[in-house]
Amino acid sequence: MNNKSQVLSKIQSSLARRNRAEARFRWYGRMAIFIGLLAVALLFIDIVSKGHGAFRATYIQLDVRYDQALVGIDNLTDAEQLIAGNWQALPKSALRTYFPDVSGRSDKRKLYKLLSNGAGFDLKDRLVADPSLLNRIESVWILADDDIDTYYKSWLDGNPYDARMSDKQVKWIHQLHQEGQIALHFNSNLFTRGDSREPEQAGIRGALMGSFFTLVLTLLLSFPIGVSAAIYLEEFAPKNKWTDFIEVNINNLAAVPSIIFGLLGLAIFINVFHVPRSVPIVGGLVLTLMTLPTIIITSRAAIKSVPPSIREAALGMGASKYQMVLHHVLPLALPGMLTGAIIGMAQALGETAPLLMIGMVAFIVDIPGGFSDPATVLPVQIFLWADSPERAFIEKTSAAIMVLLSFLIIMNTSAVWLRKRLERRW
Amino acid sequence: MRSKISIVSTIALLTSIAVAPMSFARESIEVVGSSTVYPFSTVVAERYGRASGKSTPKIESTGSGGGMKLFCSGVGTNYPDITNASRRIKMSEFKKCQGNGVKDIVEVQIGYDGIVIANSVDTEPMNLTRKDIFLALAAKVPGATDGELIDNPYTTWQQVNPELPDAGIEVLGPPPTSGTRDAFAELAMEGGCKKIAWIAALKKTDKNAFKRLCHTVREDGRYIEAGENDNLIVQKLEANPSALGVFGFSFLDQNADKVQGATIENVMPTFESIADKSYPISRPLFFYVKKAHVGVVPGIKGFLNEFTSDKAWGEDGYLAEKGMIPLPIAERTEMAKNTRALKPMTGKEALK
Repeated sequence: MNNKSQVLSKIQSSLARRNRAEARFRWYGRMAIFIGLLAVALLFIDIVSKGHGAFRATYIQLDVRYDQALVGIDNLTDAEQLIAGNWQALPKSALRTYFPDVSGRSDKRKLYKLLSNGAGFDLKDRLVADPSLLNRIESVWILADDDIDTYYKSWLDGNPYDARMSDKQVKWIHQLHQEGQIALHFNSNLFTRGDSREPEQAGIRGALMGSFFTLVLTLLLSFPIGVSAAIYLEEFAPKNKWTDFIEVNINNLAAVPSIIFGLLGLAIFINVFHVPRSVPIVGGLVLTLMTLPTIIITSRAAIKSVPPSIREAALGMGASKYQMVLHHVLPLALPGMLTGAIIGMAQALGETAPLLMIGMVAFIVDIPGGFSDPATVLPVQIFLWADSPERAFIEKTSAAIMVLLSFLIIMNTSAVWLRKRLERRW
Repeated sequence: MRSKISIVSTIALLTSIAVAPMSFARESIEVVGSSTVYPFSTVVAERYGRASGKSTPKIESTGSGGGMKLFCSGVGTNYPDITNASRRIKMSEFKKCQGNGVKDIVEVQIGYDGIVIANSVDTEPMNLTRKDIFLALAAKVPGATDGELIDNPYTTWQQVNPELPDAGIEVLGPPPTSGTRDAFAELAMEGGCKKIAWIAALKKTDKNAFKRLCHTVREDGRYIEAGENDNLIVQKLEANPSALGVFGFSFLDQNADKVQGATIENVMPTFESIADKSYPISRPLFFYVKKAHVGVVPGIKGFLNEFTSDKAWGEDGYLAEKGMIPLPIAERTEMAKNTRALKPMTGKEALK
């Protein structure tokens, strides 16, 4: 009796302490989550605050006369004439008309720098789309140069950056602003164009298409191979030293730094098989090597989680092992496998290091149209822009990060959703 | 066992069949090489692509050394056509090229790039000499007597030179893999090193010891390797006004509101001072063309013509706008003539 009360009192006296310990432990957990969320919030705030400007670009409205003599063409259907034409003369003459007082060579050069040096080509595209404009006057919003863009945006924010502007250029911008001829519009170039060294003309379309082709190939190769390997190892392979050895190696591969896969790709695909550098085929092959272990490991876990009773019931009903796996285990394990595949794809989407070795870290202007066109991918585009001296690339970099992040969020959310929706619990 | 081997060989065979037809002729020019020349080369490529209506050359930034290695690997569409370099081709590289069948190489010098030492605009500008830079950043510096070397004891700029401010030495710069670092060591450090008489004499007697002494940067945390990204160095200088940073002139040009360049031997790093070579830390920029590829890969001649046209590399050209310092007019005309004639290197040039 005495002994029992002693035990009880001991329990009681320690109860408060143990409760406190638990409360502390919960609090640590909350702190950990808070720190994690804070880091994410800081990242997002930093990127969004830097990058939101890139979704709008500065345009200047001018009356353009599509003067055929000025361009030096007489036939809009002749491709050679279109290439040889002096298209930049169109925006230049429009500027001279708007600012008739500007004279002298150096002043004129400054004036011409208000507009993007691709403005002439944009006007050419307008004219080719609507040939009736020839020799007529049209009022067009023309893309401004990146220095003007940076200045105008910073001036609107009340903190003008004019180190790369001359006094005259500042004066002209203010005149245009007063007359309502300069404004920020949605920057569609960001989504419709490939890379460019002129920040105002640079877009992520090329990198997006490159990422698309590379990932399609990665998925097409790594999912069937990964799932087959997982099924064989889980359901058919004998358990012996060899399969243990294979398992250790697969786990090892999952932890190998991704640059190693790039070196492997360079040595095998490019040097031995002579796959061209910088194309989605070689990128997809290398990323397949990288995502395979992830897919095999998650697929094996998904197969393992299918209860043995299902297998036994199938075999009991007279199904062959092949039928048991294909008709019962695989459909039940598929949601888990898909989740693994999506997470593997999300990893592959964010990868740059292995692509460095196989030449996908490159300046590529033309938008890739297939698996064998030179291409780069979204994270590489971010890397290249972050390294560019032009200040206007800072906001482009952040904007591209925002696009990449939204793709990653979509992929990871769909992985969670798939799991919730399709997974069976036993 | 035999069946396993046959399976492996079948797989290998199938893969090679699937992959083999992909080594087709290229439509676009492939350029590799220096990250310093990359911003200029890309602009030309883009303009050329747009104006000609042909496919735009593809440009990889592999570093000067990496580019030479790829370039000299062989002739054929699997190898690049042009390599950029922020230094001249080395004798060893030239020989490797020759050995691999890359016989005719056209050398084109395109202009200059200045290397600046800058700090935040919030502090006083620095007035340095190359000797100050060497003494502040070398791993070993001369001791009290000639020929004696001690580990670098200096912690403030004032200890290096009494005229400099009493601020701690803290320099952010590129890592050894960078061409900028090579040029910085060769032009700034070695330039200052040579000002010390007995070390200059050492160059004649023991070239390797001289190079080791002059090019080795201290590793006690005073020189901080800030990665290849020059934008990052600019941001760090903004956050840390007492530090100095080493980077290319075009980044100073683009960030004039944030950082200011130090004068070297009383010369400010400006477009003009680099062009007339009065600013001491500037280096030539090159690219090299494989003559055997001209006519095989379409567009190389057009690309060369665009690069060597006055609207590109002239004083008022678009490359100057991007921060490249053009060659003097006479050299430029000569260079353009040789390039358009595809005059190859003879192997008798004074290469290192």
